[in-house]
Amino acid sequence: MTVLDLVNFYLVPGLVIGSIYALGAVGITLIFAILRYAHLAHGDLATLGAFVALAAVTGFGIPPLAALPVAVVVTALVAVGIDRTFYEHLRARPKIVTVMSSLGVALMIRAVVQVIWGVDTQTYVRGIVRPEDYFGLRLRDREIYTVLAMLALVGALQLFLARSKWGKAMRAMSDNPNLALLSGIDNRKVVTLTWLISGALCAAAGVFLGLNTEVKSMMGWHMLLPMFAAAILGGVGRVEGAVLGGLVVGIAEELSVLVLPTEYKAAMAFSILLLVLLVRPTGLLRGKVL
Amino acid sequence: MELIGLANYALFMGVFIGIYALLALGLNIQWGYSGLFNVGIAGFFAVGAYTSAILTSPHAAGRIGGFELPFFVGWLGAMLAAGLIAWPIGKICLRFRSDYLAIATIGVAEIIRLVIKSEPALTNAARGITGIPRPFGDLPYVESQMAYLAIVLVVLAVAYVMLERQFNAPWGRMMRAIRDNENAAQAMGKDIAYRRLEAFVFGAALMGLGGALFAHFNRSITPEAIDPMIATFLVWIMLILGGSGNNRGAILGALVVWTIWSVSEIATDRLPHEYAIKAKYIRVFLIGLMLQFVLRFRPEGLLPEPLRGDAAAVDRSTRR
Repeated sequence: MTVLDLVNFYLVPGLVIGSIYALGAVGITLIFAILRYAHLAHGDLATLGAFVALAAVTGFGIPPLAALPVAVVVTALVAVGIDRTFYEHLRARPKIVTVMSSLGVALMIRAVVQVIWGVDTQTYVRGIVRPEDYFGLRLRDREIYTVLAMLALVGALQLFLARSKWGKAMRAMSDNPNLALLSGIDNRKVVTLTWLISGALCAAAGVFLGLNTEVKSMMGWHMLLPMFAAAILGGVGRVEGAVLGGLVVGIAEELSVLVLPTEYKAAMAFSILLLVLLVRPTGLLRGKVL
Repeated sequence: MELIGLANYALFMGVFIGIYALLALGLNIQWGYSGLFNVGIAGFFAVGAYTSAILTSPHAAGRIGGFELPFFVGWLGAMLAAGLIAWPIGKICLRFRSDYLAIATIGVAEIIRLVIKSEPALTNAARGITGIPRPFGDLPYVESQMAYLAIVLVVLAVAYVMLERQFNAPWGRMMRAIRDNENAAQAMGKDIAYRRLEAFVFGAALMGLGGALFAHFNRSITPEAIDPMIATFLVWIMLILGGSGNNRGAILGALVVWTIWSVSEIATDRLPHEYAIKAKYIRVFLIGLMLQFVLRFRPEGLLPEPLRGDAAAVDRSTRR
């Protein structure tokens, strides 16, 4: 196998799927850092985003990239709605109760998707897209969009967290909630903002996964483990860590095909997760172990 | 005729309730006694089902097994195998926050599902293992069902009595002390990591036994019989609704939730075909919603955890 083959058949798909994991993992890491629990409905929220985009594509006949903003807005609002309806009342209780609730929410979201859109595999656009040849490097347009969109979204989020007033408030809540509350930060607004951002990123992850593969009701659930592995590998609470973790998990999954049967791709994320917990629980970029 | 059909259905449901009650009891050791959040119940269930199937089924070409061992050897093997898988997972993850255990057990269940679906030499892949002997399976249908229900009830009763004894024994008191105040328990010299691992392995072994009982009742086991999320989730809601930390609650929860789940199936089966398919997902939605209501309005469940010692005295005095 030549270097180019390795890049074309393993590294590029790894980067693409890794970017998708990264989008989800950033949301997971924000929720971990600010609300302090593992949100098990994250994958199914991404599924919802993918199907909302599908509805926009088939309903208005627009291309998937134009449907992305629709999915982002709807999913972000649904995420806030879920928090208000189901999680807000559990905030004073032990965090694990909310984790349990999110498991139920995951099933509920999936059930809604299955009732509305059915369980058959669907796609945004029919037909096979041939990759373009860039000096031997074979890339599809959508693969380029996926990586660029991930970089743009995460870059914007980083700027927001670093520069804006509300971004600083979010970081303050994550570092020391009590101190943040004492300095007059509105907890409820920060929580709402966290859900808006996570929900939006979920939708983006779902749409890009659907664009690069297929749209099906279990797609998000299968992303859950890699996304968590990415968030923990990068260091919980670190946005750039989640991106790094996502890319590592994505590439590792694609490369695992060289030594493992294809069916066991998913085992890679699990092995990475266990290895990180065992060897370096703070993750690559020294996040917090909550 | 109608009456006999109904009686048969009741027998059938009784067996399932018994098996699910066993799973709920297993989860109660992990979550109720020890506060360990296991989302991989279906995985341990599957390990038990397949282990017992491999040990007891007759020989078949192309896969291992065909040992034709007696069923109780299969059941012990099922418990052993499920416990053995739980051990390394617990060893790694119990030191961390329970969120991490939740994620890891989701992973375990997923990987077990992958292995079952893609290893024909071990599990016969999608076709599954058939010809699993059922104790008293040679009797006529109704008698055989009754005999199996009796076996399940005996197993359940034994598990219940043993767990109840442990709950009241120093071991149970210690587990609850570790669950409620880890630091205090550690200061009292309890080996927290070891005890948690113990509870995790015991609970998993009981789930494995539940799987074995299921496989022998069906006489076959296929990957489709184990829907990882729904099986896991039903057991969770059984324990939460019934009352975590209370063994009788776990059994009551299994009874209530399984009855709702299977009666709602009868109701939706009468719908026109087009809706009947979707109805399954509506049922899942409603079960999810039920969990939200229980968590919000009755988090202690139908039968709350019994209070003991000073806490009970305080509770009595406030009630008066």
